[in-house]
Amino acid sequence: MSAPSDPRTMGTVVDSRRERLRRLGPWLVLGLTLAVLCVLPFEMRPYHREMTMVFFINLIMVTSYRLITTTGDWSFAHIVLMGAGAYGAALIAKHAGLPFGVVVPMAGIVAALVGAAFIVPLLRTAGFGFFIASFAFGELVRLIWVKVQFPFGGARGIINIPSPEILGLKLGSSIPYYFTCFIVALISLTILYRIDKSRMGNAWKAIHGDEMLAECVGINVAHHRSFAFITGAFFAGIAGGLLAFHMGAIDPRNFDLTQMVYLIIWVVVGGAVTFWGPIIGLIVVTIAFEWTRPLLEWRPLMFGAILILFLIFLPGGLESLLPKIGPTLCRSPVEQLARVRRWLTTFVART
Amino acid sequence: MALLETKGLSKHFGGLKAVSDLDLSVEEGEIRGIIGPNGAGKTTLFNVISGTYKPTSGEVFLNGERISGLRPSRIAAKGGVRTFQRTALFKDFTVLQNVSIARHLLANESLLGAVFGTARRMEKAHEARALEILEFIGLADIKNELSHNLPHGHQRALGVAMALATEPRLLMLDEPVAGMNPQETARMTELIRKLRDEWKITILLVEHDMRTVMGLCEYITVLNFGHKLTEGAPKEIVSNQEVIEAYLGSDNILEDDGFAS
Ligand SMILES: Nc1ncnc2c1ncn2[C@@H]1O[C@H](COP(=O)(O)OP(=O)(O)OP(=O)(O)O)[C@@H](O)[C@H]1O
Ligand SMILES: [Mg+2]
Repeated sequence: MSAPSDPRTMGTVVDSRRERLRRLGPWLVLGLTLAVLCVLPFEMRPYHREMTMVFFINLIMVTSYRLITTTGDWSFAHIVLMGAGAYGAALIAKHAGLPFGVVVPMAGIVAALVGAAFIVPLLRTAGFGFFIASFAFGELVRLIWVKVQFPFGGARGIINIPSPEILGLKLGSSIPYYFTCFIVALISLTILYRIDKSRMGNAWKAIHGDEMLAECVGINVAHHRSFAFITGAFFAGIAGGLLAFHMGAIDPRNFDLTQMVYLIIWVVVGGAVTFWGPIIGLIVVTIAFEWTRPLLEWRPLMFGAILILFLIFLPGGLESLLPKIGPTLCRSPVEQLARVRRWLTTFVART
Repeated sequence: MALLETKGLSKHFGGLKAVSDLDLSVEEGEIRGIIGPNGAGKTTLFNVISGTYKPTSGEVFLNGERISGLRPSRIAAKGGVRTFQRTALFKDFTVLQNVSIARHLLANESLLGAVFGTARRMEKAHEARALEILEFIGLADIKNELSHNLPHGHQRALGVAMALATEPRLLMLDEPVAGMNPQETARMTELIRKLRDEWKITILLVEHDMRTVMGLCEYITVLNFGHKLTEGAPKEIVSNQEVIEAYLGSDNILEDDGFAS
C-alpha cells in the first residue's frame, strides 16, 4: 500500500522530527517529573514525604545560592540568611498573627534586608576574602540568636510557631504542606531560572569572567553584585519561612556551619556553572546520604571525603559530565523511535 | 569646547609618578595619538580617564562635565569608553554574546523585566545593532564562535567591537594593532579612520606602531615618565630632538610590543 518513498526526503523527515524531539525532550522530562511529584505524596510513607518536602526547601536554597555564585562571590552566609527568613517568619507569625501567605514573602524580605546589610561591607572584599568575611558576618548574626533571649529565645530558639493556613485551609498536615512547598519551590525556581537566562544573569556571569572589563563596558559591578546577593538572600528567606512552618520550632543550630557545609557539598558535587548542576548535586547527595543513614556517625568523614574526591577528580561537578553523556541520552530514544518506524514500514510493506 | 580635558592630572603609585600634572585637551572629531616609551604612563592615563583608577590629583572633564572620581560604568554611560592593552574579553561567551553584553547600559533591564522577559523586542533591536557592529568590524561570520577560541587578531578586534557596542563619543584604544599581522593592521587602521569619519567618534590612540600612529593622527601627544614631553603634528614630532632622545633611551620604538596591562 505505501509507495516506496525517496530515501533522501525520508532522511530529512526523520531529521526534522529528531530536531523537534530534541527540543521537546527536556519539556517532556520536566512535565513527567512534575506529574510524578504530584502523585507521589499519596503513595509515599510519611517519612519519605517529609524528606521530599525538605528536599523542595533545599532546592530553593541551593538554586538561590548558585545564583549568587554566578558573580564569582562565594558566600558562607547563605544558611544564616535562610535563618533570618525563618526567624522573621516565626516572629511575625507568632506576634503579628499574620497569615501564612503573607508571612512567607515577608520572610524573604527580612532575609533580603539582612543580606543588604551584609553586602554593603562585603563589596569591599572579593574571592577568599569575601568567603571569610561572609562567614564572620553570618556567625555574628547566629551568635545574636544564641545570646539574645528576647525576641529570639536564645539557644532554645522559638517554639510553638502557629501552623500554616491559607484562607482557612489548614496546611499543617503532611500532604497539603507537601504541595505548598512544591508550589513555592516551583515558582521560585522558575523565577531564578528566568533571571539566570536573562541579560542580567549574563551580566552577572560577565562580572565573574572579567570584573574590570565588565565595569568598563557599562556594568555597574558593585550594584550588580549587591543585586545578585540580595536576590539570593530573598529566596533563602523564603526557604527559611517554609522551614520554620514545617518544623513548628527553630533554634540557632538549624542554621549553623554543618548546614552550610551541606550546601557547599551539593554545589561541589553537582557543579555551579549551569542552573541544573546544584540541583543534580542535591538529588544525588540526598539519595546517597539516605542510603548510608546507618553510618550516620561517619557522616562528617564522608563530607570530607566527598569534597576532596570531587575537588580532585571532578572539579566541575557532575554537571561537567552532562555534555559527554547528554548526546547519547538524547539520541538513543529518538533513534529507537526511528528504528521502530523503519521496522513498521517494512512490516507493512511486506504484508 | 574640547570633548576631553584633563587639568593637572596625576596618578602616583607610592613614590612612582605614573602620570604627573598632565593637561590634555582633545577636540571633538580628533584622532589623537598618545605615544611614549614603555612605562611612560599611557595605559595609566587611560585607566584614570576611564575611571578604572581614581586620580591622585587633578580633574577630567568629558564634554564639559567633570567625570574624575566616577566609576567606569558611569563614565561609559556618559560616552567615555576604553579598550585594554591586554586581550580582554568574556571567554565563556560567544562573539555575539560579548558584544551584546556590552549593550548593558542601553538595555537597562530591571529585575522584573528579567523575570517576565518583557524586553524581548528591545533585545531584538540590541542584537541587530550588535550584528551591525560585528559586520563593521568583520566578525559577523564567526558570531557564534566562543571568543576564547578566536585567533589573537580577532580577539583584539572583538575588544574594539565591545567598546563600540556602548555607543561611545570618546573611544580610547590601547594598542589596538599590537600583535596583529600587516593585513589585520591595515584593516584596523582603516576601521579607526571610519569610526571617526562616519561614526563621528573621537579617538584617543595609544600605539607603538609608528606607521599606524603617523598615518591616522593629525595631532600627537608624547609622554615620558608621566610628563607631557611635547605635542604637535606628526611631522613636528618625528623631528623633535627630545622625542628622539626619549625613544633612544628605550628600545627601538618600532619593534616594541609591550604586554603589561
Ligand atoms: N597598578 C599599578 N601599580 C603600580 N605601578 C603601576 C601600576 N600600573 C602601572 N604602574 C607603573 O606605572 C608606570 C606607567 O605604566 P603604564 O602601564 O601606564 O605605561 P605605558 O606607557 O602604558 O607602557 P607600555 O608602553 O609598556 O604599555 C610603569 O612604571 C608601571 O610599572
Ligand atoms: Mg600601556
